[in-house]
Amino acid sequence: MTVTLFIPCFMDALFPRAGICMVEILERLGHKVVCPEEIVCCGQPPFNSGYWDEARAVAAKVLQQLQNAEVIVIGSGSCGAMLNNFYPELFKDTPQSELAKQISARTWEFSEFLVKKLGVTDLGATFPHKVTFHDGCHGLRELGVKKSPRELLGHVRGLQLVEMAEVETCCGFGGTFATKLPMISTAMGDLKCANAIETGADYIVSNDSSCLMHLQGLLSRQGSKLKTIHLAEVLNQQ
Amino acid sequence: MNFASQFLKDARVMAGDLQHRKIIRTALSHYEVARDQRKASFQSWESARQLAAEAKWDALNHLDKYLVEFTAKIEARGTKVHWASTAAQAREIILQIVRDKKAKSVIKSKAMTAEEIHLNDALEHAGLNVVENDLGEFIVQLRHEAPYHIVFPSMHLTRGEISELFQRELGSAPTNDPEELTMIARRALRKKFLTADIGITGANFAIAETGMISITENEGNARLTAALPKTMISLLGIEKILPKMGDLALFLPILATAGAGQPLTCYNTMYGGPRQPGESDGPEEWHVVLLDNHRTELLADAEQRDALHCIRCGACLNVCPIFKNIGGHTYGTTYGGPIGSVITPHLRGLQDWKHLSNASSLCGACTEACPVKINLHHHLLQNRRNAAAQQPTLKERIGFKSFVQLANHPKLWAFAKKFARLTQPLQKLVKGTRLDPGYHWTQTRDLPDVAPETFKDWWRKRK
Repeated sequence: MTVTLFIPCFMDALFPRAGICMVEILERLGHKVVCPEEIVCCGQPPFNSGYWDEARAVAAKVLQQLQNAEVIVIGSGSCGAMLNNFYPELFKDTPQSELAKQISARTWEFSEFLVKKLGVTDLGATFPHKVTFHDGCHGLRELGVKKSPRELLGHVRGLQLVEMAEVETCCGFGGTFATKLPMISTAMGDLKCANAIETGADYIVSNDSSCLMHLQGLLSRQGSKLKTIHLAEVLNQQ
Repeated sequence: MNFASQFLKDARVMAGDLQHRKIIRTALSHYEVARDQRKASFQSWESARQLAAEAKWDALNHLDKYLVEFTAKIEARGTKVHWASTAAQAREIILQIVRDKKAKSVIKSKAMTAEEIHLNDALEHAGLNVVENDLGEFIVQLRHEAPYHIVFPSMHLTRGEISELFQRELGSAPTNDPEELTMIARRALRKKFLTADIGITGANFAIAETGMISITENEGNARLTAALPKTMISLLGIEKILPKMGDLALFLPILATAGAGQPLTCYNTMYGGPRQPGESDGPEEWHVVLLDNHRTELLADAEQRDALHCIRCGACLNVCPIFKNIGGHTYGTTYGGPIGSVITPHLRGLQDWKHLSNASSLCGACTEACPVKINLHHHLLQNRRNAAAQQPTLKERIGFKSFVQLANHPKLWAFAKKFARLTQPLQKLVKGTRLDPGYHWTQTRDLPDVAPETFKDWWRKRK
């Protein structure tokens, strides 16, 4: 099938490896990947800040770009939740309401797409490291993603998955929250890092680069050896 | 200092207070395990939540009918029902009863509505001796503090701090034994119970069908409040209504489970009126004060009226990572935690309290925990939207208008990435200082560089 890949703004600029790995994995599975160059962002920053008119202006362009897409795959639970859950609310009682619902129904978070839509759990990857998985809250609670990434990691050769304590507690990123209330965000992140370090893992893996940007930022500042990596990068290690 | 600045200042301090964080985490460490064990004893916790939400939906959507039914039934047994539109009216109604009875002392069991209308201050100002008799409330009253949590008012204090407080205020001997500390409070409180002229309670539920109020408690203090003084006053919000007596079969266990991980609260009592002929105890007179205090305005908001479903179990506070880091007092409101951040802007003014809606990572742990399915974190988003629509800040308006241009013009976005790549070496020179434009991020965290080759560069080259 033709998969339309939605590359979030921060992934484009800061974490291109995760996007490249998704393209390579999907192509290896025999799918045609397209990536609309006109799309920059899903509109979440203004949406979460309460500026819904501005969010609609951005989201309307996304809807227009995606209107003919067969399936849409996003390597971020947070942006996935925006398209899946919040676009229908944002466009409620507008002419694009129907389109928003259609796009929502065709949008998949990356790990869910692999496991639930394609029925693939073994990508033939090898990653000989101890890892712990961080559930981004939007993926976990808005989209209900919990098992798929773990199933995928379970089939990676040499990989040992250890769950951290308080695994479902927010890491404290929260989009604009991270800079509006930086000290609360940092306190939450410190706890998350401490729980991850406690497992003795080499990597924190997640399906959300935005959480990882926050956690990696804290870990680097503290001089920790623990590293962060996107799920797609682990699954693409041959 | 306005509410928002005070909040930011306090939150900053509390977020760095590792001792406080440890106390709260210890206090809540068994909560989730106990709650999950109790949840498992429901045939289906999810169905129970759904049923509870539907019962509350019915109650709130027909509040006019149920309040009248409740009042007629309870007045038929000799209770006087008072209607208070505002906090000031509620205080005045209660003060008038106190004056009529020439009362000197009041004993009070736990009631968040009383905190909401600042009843203790009003009573003390009128010259009355007021004593809180819930153990946690008694402790915070001795400290001249507001309750820290809507269910666990003194959870922020250690045994040592409580012992020191009792030594100072009650002249007791030092002890670290929780039972002995409870006995010290009990001895002090028993004397007050016996001499109080008036007892004041809140309510957990008000049953329209039978005209009764339901109070759940773990200490038996509310029962004594209702049994000993000659006059009893119950102050409750109008949203406490449940249509049927049978609803309690669902609500009592979900309240106890969600709130404290208990199968049921220890004492569950139904109060139907003052002492009836032939009965041996109970108050001679009973007044019920029904409080609106902006609840009907929230009821008029079709999008968010389900926030009135709240049964004040405290589950959303118990799981909230923000609450656990900044603590209950930082909110500066009667109702803290997620539910407080949702309703306070409705009850006390959107612009004054909108900052609470921003103090959330929108993680949704609250929504997941709520036993009556209030979509708490989505309501925070709606509060943000309403606040911005009513009074956008200049900085954010300019910021997001520019953001739209950036997001809708890929060439501009490509330029922005190039610009960031060029300027990031300069930014590194001032990293984490006030001169750094990314200060709010880089003060505690490193910021990744823009990739030498972005995804879009790679994609274009490949094509």
